[in-house]
Amino acid sequence: MGLHPYLALAAALFSIGLFGVISRRNTIGILLGIELMLNAVNINLVAFARFTGAVAGMVFTVFTISITVAEVALGLAIVILIFRVRHTVIADHLDLLRG
Amino acid sequence: MSLEPIAFAGLAVVLLASALAVVLTKNLFHSVLYLALTLVGTAGIFLTLDAEFLAAVQVLLYAGGVVTIVVFAIVVTERLVGDRITQTSRHLVSGGVAALALLAVLLVFLRSVPLPATRPAMTGDLTRAIGVAVLTRWVLPFELLGVLFVTGLLGAIYFARPDE
Repeated sequence: MGLHPYLALAAALFSIGLFGVISRRNTIGILLGIELMLNAVNINLVAFARFTGAVAGMVFTVFTISITVAEVALGLAIVILIFRVRHTVIADHLDLLRG
Repeated sequence: MSLEPIAFAGLAVVLLASALAVVLTKNLFHSVLYLALTLVGTAGIFLTLDAEFLAAVQVLLYAGGVVTIVVFAIVVTERLVGDRITQTSRHLVSGGVAALALLAVLLVFLRSVPLPATRPAMTGDLTRAIGVAVLTRWVLPFELLGVLFVTGLLGAIYFARPDE
C-alpha cells in the first residue's frame, strides 16, 4: 500500500475539520474542528516520515502533539474567561472588536 | 494478501465517520466523545505506520489530555443536562462548499504527484531513533517546548485566577 491513501485520508479529515470551524457557532465546537485539522496534519507527518525513512517527521509529530495540547489548554482557559465576562461562548455574540 | 490494507480501510471508515459526527452532531458533549474516537482511530493509523511510540503519545496526550480538558470546559460553560448544550450550526452551505473545494483541490493535486509506493524496510528501533533525534539534532526545539509549556501553564493560571 502506497503513500496516497494516507494523504487522501488526511486531506478528508482536514476538510471535515475546516467545515467544523466554519459552521460551528459554539467556540468550543470551533476548537474541536481545529483539533481535527491538526490531527490530519499529524497523519501526514507520520506517513511521510515512514515512507521516506526520515525520522524528522516523527519528531515533528511529537512537537505538534505537545504544542496542540498547550494550545487547547490556553484556548479553553480563554473560553472560560470569556464565559465569565460575557456569559456566552457563541462566537457570533463575541463581536467586541467589530467596528 | 496482507492484513494492512484491511486495517487501514476499517480505520479510515471509523475516522471519517467519527470526524463527521464531531462537526455535525447537535450535542456538544457527544461531539467531544466522537473526537476521542477520532483521536484513538488516528493512533490506530499510527500503528499501521509502525509508529508505536507516537500511537501511545497520541492516546495519552490527545485522547486523554485534550478530551479531559474539553469536557471540563463544557461542564464549566454549559449545563450538562438541559437544552443549552445543544449547539446550532450556521453557514452550512458555504462551509460545505469550502471544505469540498479544498478536498477536491488536495485530491487532484495528490493524483498528479508521484509518491513512494512502498515503504522502506524498518531498520532498528523507531522509538529509540526518535529519542536520539529529539535529544541531539532537535534538542533546541525540545527545550523551547519546555519554555512554551511553562509559559502556557502560567498564562492559563493567570486567565483562570479568581476575581479579586
